[in-house]
Amino acid sequence: MNSLLGKLSLNAFPHELITLGAAVSMAFAGIGIVVAITYFKRWRWLWDEWLTSVDPKKIGVMYIIVALVMLFRGGADALMIRTQQATAVGSAHGLLSSSTFQQVFSAHGTIMIFFVAMGLMFGLINLVVPLQIGARDVAFPFLNLTSFWLFVAGVVLVNLSLGLGEFSAAGWLAYPPLSELQYSPGVGVDYWIWSLEIAGIGSLLSGINFFVTILKLRCPGMTLMKMPLFVWSVLCSMFLVIFAFPILTVTLTLLFLDRTLGMHFFTGGAGGNPMMYVNLIWAWGHPEVYILILPAFGVFSEVVATFSRKRLFGYVSMVWALIAITVLSFSVWVHHFFTMGAGADVNGFFGIMTMVIAIPTGVKIFNWLATMFRGRIKFASPMYWFLGFVVLFTLGGVAGVLMGVPPIDFQLHNSLFLVAHFHTMIVGGVLFGYFAGITYWFPKIFGFRLNELLGKCAFWCWLVGFLLAFVPLYILGFMGATRRIDHYSAALGWQPLFIVAGIGVAIIGLGVGFIVLQMIVSVVQRKQNLDTTGDPWNGRTLEWSTASPAPSYNFATIPEVSQRDPFWATKQATAGKSAAAEKPHYQDIVMPNNTGASLIIAAFALVFGFAMIWHIWWLVVVGFLGVVISLITRVLQDDTEYVISAAEVTKIEAEIAAKRRYA
Amino acid sequence: MSQPTTIAPANRKDATTVFGFWVYLMTDCVLFASLFATYAVLHHNSFGGPSAQTLFSLPNVLAETIILLTSSFTCGLAMLAAHRNHKDQVVFWFGVTFLLGLAFLGIEMSEFNRLVQTGNGWQRSGFLSSFFTLVGTHGLHITVGLTWMAVMVAKVTSTGLTKANVRRLTLLSLFWHFLDVIWIFIFTIVYLLGALGS
Repeated sequence: MNSLLGKLSLNAFPHELITLGAAVSMAFAGIGIVVAITYFKRWRWLWDEWLTSVDPKKIGVMYIIVALVMLFRGGADALMIRTQQATAVGSAHGLLSSSTFQQVFSAHGTIMIFFVAMGLMFGLINLVVPLQIGARDVAFPFLNLTSFWLFVAGVVLVNLSLGLGEFSAAGWLAYPPLSELQYSPGVGVDYWIWSLEIAGIGSLLSGINFFVTILKLRCPGMTLMKMPLFVWSVLCSMFLVIFAFPILTVTLTLLFLDRTLGMHFFTGGAGGNPMMYVNLIWAWGHPEVYILILPAFGVFSEVVATFSRKRLFGYVSMVWALIAITVLSFSVWVHHFFTMGAGADVNGFFGIMTMVIAIPTGVKIFNWLATMFRGRIKFASPMYWFLGFVVLFTLGGVAGVLMGVPPIDFQLHNSLFLVAHFHTMIVGGVLFGYFAGITYWFPKIFGFRLNELLGKCAFWCWLVGFLLAFVPLYILGFMGATRRIDHYSAALGWQPLFIVAGIGVAIIGLGVGFIVLQMIVSVVQRKQNLDTTGDPWNGRTLEWSTASPAPSYNFATIPEVSQRDPFWATKQATAGKSAAAEKPHYQDIVMPNNTGASLIIAAFALVFGFAMIWHIWWLVVVGFLGVVISLITRVLQDDTEYVISAAEVTKIEAEIAAKRRYA
Repeated sequence: MSQPTTIAPANRKDATTVFGFWVYLMTDCVLFASLFATYAVLHHNSFGGPSAQTLFSLPNVLAETIILLTSSFTCGLAMLAAHRNHKDQVVFWFGVTFLLGLAFLGIEMSEFNRLVQTGNGWQRSGFLSSFFTLVGTHGLHITVGLTWMAVMVAKVTSTGLTKANVRRLTLLSLFWHFLDVIWIFIFTIVYLLGALGS
């Protein structure tokens, strides 16, 4: 029995009340959803229209839904961290035990980066990139869906750890020797390794997919320097994925080999080298930061130009700034651990490179501001997110450059100042960017706009909440508070600031509530916000030239472009004239078939990961063979495409045109 | 589209697939580069155990190298036959390539076995951990390549040299040549420099 279930036993169920409560309520939520789908008889629909769909627009929506659900999970963790630090002072010890607290902050970081930020990013990329380059699909549709399901497998593993066993208590990057078997003998670190390994391979495959999509599938006439800036930012980001994610795969694998096969890569003794882990993980980790932020820069480039009704200022310098950031991002990783003691020369080099990379970023900020200058600005909610971003990102950027000075870093290393810095970049930069992008492109996917008032309420909650939550952390950092403390002495006088930070997080929670409310209200009142023109914001790029919601094939006729902002140019040229009288001549469109293979492969990968975590070796074999056989079966399939006939396209397009006229 | 496209959509699709596979190979290259880097960091950390100089048998490694290079050559012959649409030759040459790959893997496994039997397994030291992982990862890739080859030979035998099958064979041959290139680096950095004691 023992060998049949590996390390898995009844002891794996949670012992602590909070963990148990969370696990039970998640299980009930899951059961509730299953019951609801069964009751409304929607399984068939869900399977055919969503789970097996290779339409990037639908994959994008699924990514974003999963990411928003995980935002709740990560947000709940944040709330617990803040509550603990606001209350566990002196003789009071707060709600969480030390060991739970450690798992909570590890889960918070892991989930927010890998399953919220990455999920929102790949969601947006799926929604927008094919439309912006005038393509009907991505280069490898099956691979795209597989990436998504591998991402979900990672999500499932992280959440499984809540009810079965434990999660890593070694921080979001699991530094050894703490994460080695000797100091973390439980399954927590293994959960961390395998959820990231599986999701990370999904991300890597997505990176390849969109890199090739952008380079090979652009519509005729769209040269590289005529691409929308969002596409440029994604191209650079995917380039970084291609070069950085293999390093993550290797690093996680080596840690796994240490823990499971008794190797000595990062152990304290027997010739291992823990600092090698720190170098490797940041050689992935620092590019990862830019992988997340570059698409957000891209979103803002689109948003600012559209809502200022001007072409983007300094397009060429924007592109070169992106490329400069992409290249430089591989030469700054040591600034995460100046305290390693690499010596003055090495630290000096990486310190200077850190400051250098701020220059192209500064170029971008000024270009956006110059775009607004003398524009006819419309203050829609995406612009709110942009302006909030400019304030926060500049603030956080300055803090970052400050820490790029090695002697200063020695004072601030691992302090709450650092925590405040990277939250300013990732919330104020990445998240604000993605929220702006979701609001901006929502009508293109669903055919109606989001409620503006509630969107602005959400923004103000996020901005005010953020400042309240993190300005105290900057100050606390200067006062000597380190990260990840679950208890401190009352005499330090930190508690008032921690309480303010706790209030800030509560206000951010309100902001999340407003976002949910905004979605619900917008769906209910969708008739009032219908986008009948396909161009709700007076946009500039190709995606606005097709209908909203975009048909499955995106464009009935593949567009041809001759300049930047092609749709804007077309609108200027045809202004005042009636729509083209000639009847377009459609051709048959070849589209990829739906496939269940992706989900099956990811399910086997999940089984494989789970079995690895618990050392259930026979199940490892099952999972592995399952992945291999289902993959081989799928790649040997020959008929993976279907044809939408020209007649059918004509019919769909006529319906769309009728809808436009009716409006 | 007003301009006539010179490349047929199907060919364009093939080109996209091959390009995508090249990009994948680059990610694999980064993966191996990371493993080479860990080997470079750890290769002196023998922790009182044997060093590279005392451990490796160069004649064995030379045999492995010659076998793998030859398999790359026969794989090339198979692809030439594929483009000339000679199905039997394709099956024959991939069969030869498969056997050579298997022989390579056999020698590697016996080498690994010898090390483990003499108490010099991957748990012995940081150096041996990184050695087994680097060379083993290459061996794992070879295993994947062999599985792929077996599947493709079966597929070609049953459905012939269709366009889709030729594309699949092209990717397989790229993969196989790539592994050859990686082996050259392993041969040089791990074995030759190891034998020199540097």
